[in-house]
Amino acid sequence: MNALRDILSQGAQMSLVLGLAPLLTGFVRKVKARLLRRRGPPLLQPYRDLIRLMRKDVVLADNASWLFRVIPYLIFAGTWVAASLVPTFGNGLLFSWTADLIAITALLGSARFFQALAGMDVGTAFGGIGSSREVMIASLAEPAMLITVFSVAMIAGSTQLSSVAEFMGSDAVGLRVSLGMAFVALTIVALAENARIPVDNPATHLELTMVHEAMVLEYSGRHLALIELSSQLKLLLYVSLIACVFLPWGTATADAGVARLVFGALLYFGKLAVLGFLLAVFETSIAKMRVFRIPEFLGAALMLALLATLLRFVSGSL
Amino acid sequence: MGILDSIPHVHAVPSHRPWPRAVVTEAGWQAAIDRLVEGGLTLLGFWGEPTAVHMAMIDGGSAEIAVVTYECTAGTFPSVAGHHPPALRLERTIHDLFGLVPTVADDLRPWLDHDVWSKSYPLSGRDASRDVRPYQFLPSEGEALHQVAVGPVHAGIIEPGHFRFTANGEHVVRLEQRLGYTHKGIESLMQGASLAAAAKLANRTSGDSAVAYAFAFARAVEAALDIEAPSRATYLRGLMAELERLANHLGDIGAICNDASFALMHAQTGILRERCLRAANVAFGHRLMMDVIAPGGVTRDIAPDGVAALCTLLAEIDKVFPRLIELYDNTASLQDRTVTTGIVKTEYARQFGAGGYVGRASGRNFDARRMLAYAPYDRLSFEVPVLEAGDVNARVWIRIREVEQSVALIAQILDMMTPGEIMSALPAACGECEGLAVTEAFRGDVLIWLKLGQELRVERCHLRDASWFQWPLLEAAIEGNIIADFPLCNKSFNCSYSGADL
Repeated sequence: MNALRDILSQGAQMSLVLGLAPLLTGFVRKVKARLLRRRGPPLLQPYRDLIRLMRKDVVLADNASWLFRVIPYLIFAGTWVAASLVPTFGNGLLFSWTADLIAITALLGSARFFQALAGMDVGTAFGGIGSSREVMIASLAEPAMLITVFSVAMIAGSTQLSSVAEFMGSDAVGLRVSLGMAFVALTIVALAENARIPVDNPATHLELTMVHEAMVLEYSGRHLALIELSSQLKLLLYVSLIACVFLPWGTATADAGVARLVFGALLYFGKLAVLGFLLAVFETSIAKMRVFRIPEFLGAALMLALLATLLRFVSGSL
Repeated sequence: MGILDSIPHVHAVPSHRPWPRAVVTEAGWQAAIDRLVEGGLTLLGFWGEPTAVHMAMIDGGSAEIAVVTYECTAGTFPSVAGHHPPALRLERTIHDLFGLVPTVADDLRPWLDHDVWSKSYPLSGRDASRDVRPYQFLPSEGEALHQVAVGPVHAGIIEPGHFRFTANGEHVVRLEQRLGYTHKGIESLMQGASLAAAAKLANRTSGDSAVAYAFAFARAVEAALDIEAPSRATYLRGLMAELERLANHLGDIGAICNDASFALMHAQTGILRERCLRAANVAFGHRLMMDVIAPGGVTRDIAPDGVAALCTLLAEIDKVFPRLIELYDNTASLQDRTVTTGIVKTEYARQFGAGGYVGRASGRNFDARRMLAYAPYDRLSFEVPVLEAGDVNARVWIRIREVEQSVALIAQILDMMTPGEIMSALPAACGECEGLAVTEAFRGDVLIWLKLGQELRVERCHLRDASWFQWPLLEAAIEGNIIADFPLCNKSFNCSYSGADL
């Protein structure tokens, strides 16, 4: 009975993130448009775009290798699994016991590795530029992410997200400086990982300035749909991660009843909306960085995460 | 005849107005080139006819203009570009259109001719063909260098142009432009056109500068025929020119910020730009004010509710624009992108005679409205902002200051305009006569030279956009910058493709 319940809960969360991811992207776009005094596309537009892309034929470059065709599925699979490891409305996920925060980082890292390969596969100049920039960003974002994970894990005593979330929701956590630093570091990493302003601009048409978009320029049809959906999943993953670690209130525990689960879900939607709104406001109020400023920006995240870990070492209460 | 005094010439052409034109020998041609090279004179224009080439020059100090003509009896002329690089693209264009060969030219690759025209040398009046050879880009050698080809079809809704970058990682080592994709054959359509048809063509050379082109064309015709537009017409022309400048500068300021992914500014200035266009529509019946200026004056007076629409517009800009300047100035992340990016050196701006914000942001104090003081600007008071920094930020600030000046100018014109005639009658016929006019478009000085024949038909008309001398500076400005900053630099220049491709 318990096993069935766990499977159902995990299944519900997996389909929830998949179904919700385009909505979050649509919501952020809508808020950004309103902030610019535009009406903006409808909230459901990302779903329509995905359906449209799914229906379209794939146009492949003559020299595209098998890797180019396989990679969208790999990216999608990796990102979806990673996203389903993050507790959304309820803790005690079945998968939590097999994969932890480090596994999430590794899954996303592999997805990015394949993405960078695909960018170079066809051999266009833009793909190469995008891949080289992406890898430059990754070389700083991933260590920052890992050290943030370590500092959180040291505080919570576990790298498993369900346990972390449970600990963060309890009274044992208190007010900690190192957590504040980890929060800022994770936010910076999230901005970089999701190709948001100030690191990248998801809405630009200028090939020469692109990072993520440059790598996927050659994709079309269902391949592009999968990659788009993966990016949307990744955004949802990071927002959920921040919500689960730093705003853990109201998340249903493993043995909660239906009412608690529904309450947890409603609260989760609220958290997504608030964080999505903040993201839109932040993106509207800042210009994009020069490419060679990004290492400084991410370096700050790395240092903050490192400092958080050190502080935790020096004093158990910080 | 200041300039021509120092240049040995055979004879002056009496029917050329308002500035002198003289036919020179090889020695005179060489003397003119020497004056350009040493910097005493600035190249203003360089164009051909089937058997002659003309070069317009301006003395930066006295604002005197003169045209020298070299008769190409053997189908050749001494190369200007070999000594004075700003002439290069114009020289290649002369070769493309007329088949005249500059002697001892370093670079005779085609410029406008992309080997898709039905005939070679279309304006030469003779049948000839040139060898079709693949276009060679200039070489850059080095082990770590790679090329990035951008365009001619771009992802945004902009005009077509090809940019070939040679880069070392992110750093641009060389940029070479290849333009001519929007070649429409304006100069050949001009040949034999009636004044009305020619004015229409001039209007459409570069859509964002419709008023400036129409203004220059009308002034060139009036100069050739030695007539003057009535006072009210000149005020209306100034009004439209400033309205056009206002709309374009507002659009540019936002678009530059948008290329640094600061969409907020773009949205706000976009609203103001739209208000300008709507006010123009109310006042002159067309958002871009096409075909209102005509040789002799203007075809229609300002609409009865036009003055009120313009006053509302000015009030709104006065209210909103200072806040936008503050936003630009106080957004550190934006300043970080624009300051020290894409610097145009002062000596390049002077050598190329770069007009508009490109020149004025790099210390070249030239504005045709001030230096040549054509009507109505001779009666108006305004300042010409000049900065020395030469970076993207300086080009934004020149635009910001010019928006303020344009607002003040529109208010002045509305104040000074008195009722009266708006069109002077053109003579029914004329002998052969030539006119030259320079007006200040939003991106710099537009030069139009034309020759009228019997029955007021255009025999030959040359239109030179400010972009001819700005595009090459973009190649220089991006060197040493990173590839990702190119869109920002490019937008801060906002050169015309259509105007330069003719």
